[in-house]
Amino acid sequence: MARLTINGKAQDVDVDPNTPLLWVLREQVGLTGTKYGCGIALCGACTVHIDGVATRSCGVPVSAAVGKQITTIEGLAQNGILHRVQKAWLDGDVPQCGYCQSGMIMAVAALLKDKPKPTDADIDAAITNICRCGTFQQVRAAIHAAAANA
Amino acid sequence: MNYIPQINRRTFVVSAAALGGGLMLGMDIPLGPNVVRAADGSPEVNAWVVIRPDDTVVVRIARSEMGQGTLTGLAQLVAEELECDWSKVTTEYPTPGQSVARKRAWGDMATGGSRGIRESHEYVRKGGAAARMMLVQAAANEWKVPASECSASNSVITHTPSGRKTPFGKVAEAAAKLEPPTEIKLKDPKDWKIAGKPLKRLDTVDKTTGKMMYGIDVKLPGMLNAAIKDCPVFGGKVKSFDAAKVAGMKGVKKVVPVGDTAVAVVAETWWQAKTALDALPIVWDEGPNAKVSSATIAEFLKEGLDAEQAFVGNKAGDAKAAIAGAAKKVEAIYSYPYLNHACMEPMNATALYTDDKCEVWTGTQNGEGAFAAVLAASGLPAAKCDVHKIMLGGGFGRRGRTDYVTQAVLIAKQMPGTPVKLLWSREEDMTHCSYHPITQAKLVGAFDANNNLTGLHVRISGQSILTVVFPSRLINGMDPATFQGMAPNGEAAIGYTIPNLLVEHAMRNPHVPPGFWRGVNINQNAIYLECFMDELAHAAGQDPLEFRRKLMANHPKHLGVLNVVAEKIGWGKPAPQGVFRGLAQHMGYGSYVAAAAEISVEGGNKIKIHRIVGATDPGFAVNPAQIDRQVAGSFVYGLSALFYGECTVKDGAIEQTNFDTYDSMRIAQMPKVESIVMPTGGSPWGGVGEPTICVAAPAVLNAFFAATGKRIRSVPLKNHNITLA
Repeated sequence: MARLTINGKAQDVDVDPNTPLLWVLREQVGLTGTKYGCGIALCGACTVHIDGVATRSCGVPVSAAVGKQITTIEGLAQNGILHRVQKAWLDGDVPQCGYCQSGMIMAVAALLKDKPKPTDADIDAAITNICRCGTFQQVRAAIHAAAANA
Repeated sequence: MNYIPQINRRTFVVSAAALGGGLMLGMDIPLGPNVVRAADGSPEVNAWVVIRPDDTVVVRIARSEMGQGTLTGLAQLVAEELECDWSKVTTEYPTPGQSVARKRAWGDMATGGSRGIRESHEYVRKGGAAARMMLVQAAANEWKVPASECSASNSVITHTPSGRKTPFGKVAEAAAKLEPPTEIKLKDPKDWKIAGKPLKRLDTVDKTTGKMMYGIDVKLPGMLNAAIKDCPVFGGKVKSFDAAKVAGMKGVKKVVPVGDTAVAVVAETWWQAKTALDALPIVWDEGPNAKVSSATIAEFLKEGLDAEQAFVGNKAGDAKAAIAGAAKKVEAIYSYPYLNHACMEPMNATALYTDDKCEVWTGTQNGEGAFAAVLAASGLPAAKCDVHKIMLGGGFGRRGRTDYVTQAVLIAKQMPGTPVKLLWSREEDMTHCSYHPITQAKLVGAFDANNNLTGLHVRISGQSILTVVFPSRLINGMDPATFQGMAPNGEAAIGYTIPNLLVEHAMRNPHVPPGFWRGVNINQNAIYLECFMDELAHAAGQDPLEFRRKLMANHPKHLGVLNVVAEKIGWGKPAPQGVFRGLAQHMGYGSYVAAAAEISVEGGNKIKIHRIVGATDPGFAVNPAQIDRQVAGSFVYGLSALFYGECTVKDGAIEQTNFDTYDSMRIAQMPKVESIVMPTGGSPWGGVGEPTICVAAPAVLNAFFAATGKRIRSVPLKNHNITLA
């Protein structure tokens, strides 16, 4: 049994401690906004925040997440108000298939917390998520729009 | 897309056998007249339009949304003719089972070949127009006035002489009872107010909050999860597996064979299923294909470059004689590898099988094909089967195949009454694709003494997709799709007039299954033709743009897009220091496309792409903003393939298993894409999901030559130690 704090709520899960956090979120907790893409922490589709740090949850055993604050895409909006990154995504009509976008948005939200006005070079260094639809041009514009909206 | 409509089933006239034959059924263009109700009781005005009492307009979408924007574009076309309030539009997918039960009321559901809009625009617009006419008639009947005195706008019907008004929702019930009109006049696109506009997509909100449901997210009561391993060697089989070794592992419910070639573990969770599958001893009977490697495939194709026999796809004059008598001759050999689509969402399907029903929930580009696969795998008749289509986490052609649907049903059949979700691991997905076909090409150009191009011979050798996927579409054994962009005419015509031209295909089919990969054969054909055109221009000592223009006088639309990108990139004017330019043009899926790239090269092998200008002439543009996104996105997909993409074969199996060995472009490498959408009308309409993909790679390769003097004739560039900065 592991006690997790997800989107501000404590939750007990009965699961093998080696199970990746991604699968605990998706299968035990029922939060399916966090996506499986590669399973080897390369593509970023499973990005969540652990204690505020953008983390690829497929590479984190659930035992390592105990006692930490986990935020998923479902917990990004506060009191029903979209996070400014989500708002910028809507305004910029960013997603195509949308599958990678939860992870992309989580990575960007963490970036903006560290660097409220990121340069293009900051974006290039921090945002390494794969998007096969190729939304990068809209993603970059939306990051700058979200930063301008702070 | 919040609920699945329940439509009263009519008598079923289509047999499972007929469905198995590729669903070559007639289509009953559905414009009424019986009242059919959506699940919430709202009336269907016709198959395309449901109007709820609160004026919400539900537009039925037959094609699949996978990011390309078809869902929004088709809704725009219906709404345009319906004259409804766009802010009240929502959409839903009818199921293939419902469509078949209603004599294919929604027509073809297949979403590939950039056909979503261009092949259905006319009948969906008629659906919208007929619904509008019926709503107007219903209002006129109520007011006892001639319909000709009434008009519809923004979901409100107005009786012009009296000024009386009524919203659609008030007359929808009466409209649904009317006979549908027989004569329907569509608007001139010049008068469009909703279609043709850069409207935002209808499906974005849930994609930013994590609420959008994809196939991988399906959860049904009591559902179990399955992980699968298919024989790594295509054509191989399962010899044996030792289920007892994993039977006691946590969560494991059953280990099942799936056809002759695969084994699946069914467990409470997918992670448990995958963990047990990894521990399951499986012995494969790999068969003779285990001897095949990339080297043996390359040899097999190379032989075809000079083989006696080949299919002729385009012929004018006598190219061989022109080459034999040429004052100067230029020759080059190019090649293009296998590629995996690598959709971000790995293949998956959820199936529930009972003795009298089989239902599947899945993301598919091919609703009716998936339905046929369910019938075949379940053995149940069409009236007892259905497929519920879910948002696709990428398609790119891969989800036109239904192998994963068949597998899910074969597993569920062994666990009757229990829904089972089958999900492929990334590794399974990488090694069991239907790959972009592999080809080589030998090109020979002939010049006279005045450096005029007098002949061109293109010999393609390699794999045919249609031979495997649609053998019925071969023409006397020839695969016409092989010549995409080099055909004499039609939707993928060559843009040059060359007095002596011969384009041929020596079909060589290795054992690796081929499939449609975004752009399909224009990907390699545009590289072959457009890089070689550049070689010819340089051999003739001519500017690549001017050289092309001389051959394009009879091809004004090809020339139109080329001229536009040349002008926008500044061709003929000095580039910034250290920056070099390349051009390409092509035609595919009824659309004319061209690109011009600006790159710089550091240290001879580090390419930085600064900008790419891309022009598209699809005839008509239903949503220019979404076309821009398709252009930029297709460049990411095409350039990822150019720099990194290659699936190699060792011992009969694909070597690349994940993104560590099959890389994809990131935001840092994204060039500035300047998209120009320039519709010039005409018929038939062109598509936009695929065509532009093919011009990015040759434009960059031609710019690389301009920068370095080096011709790269095989991709990916990583094999030449060239990287993308």
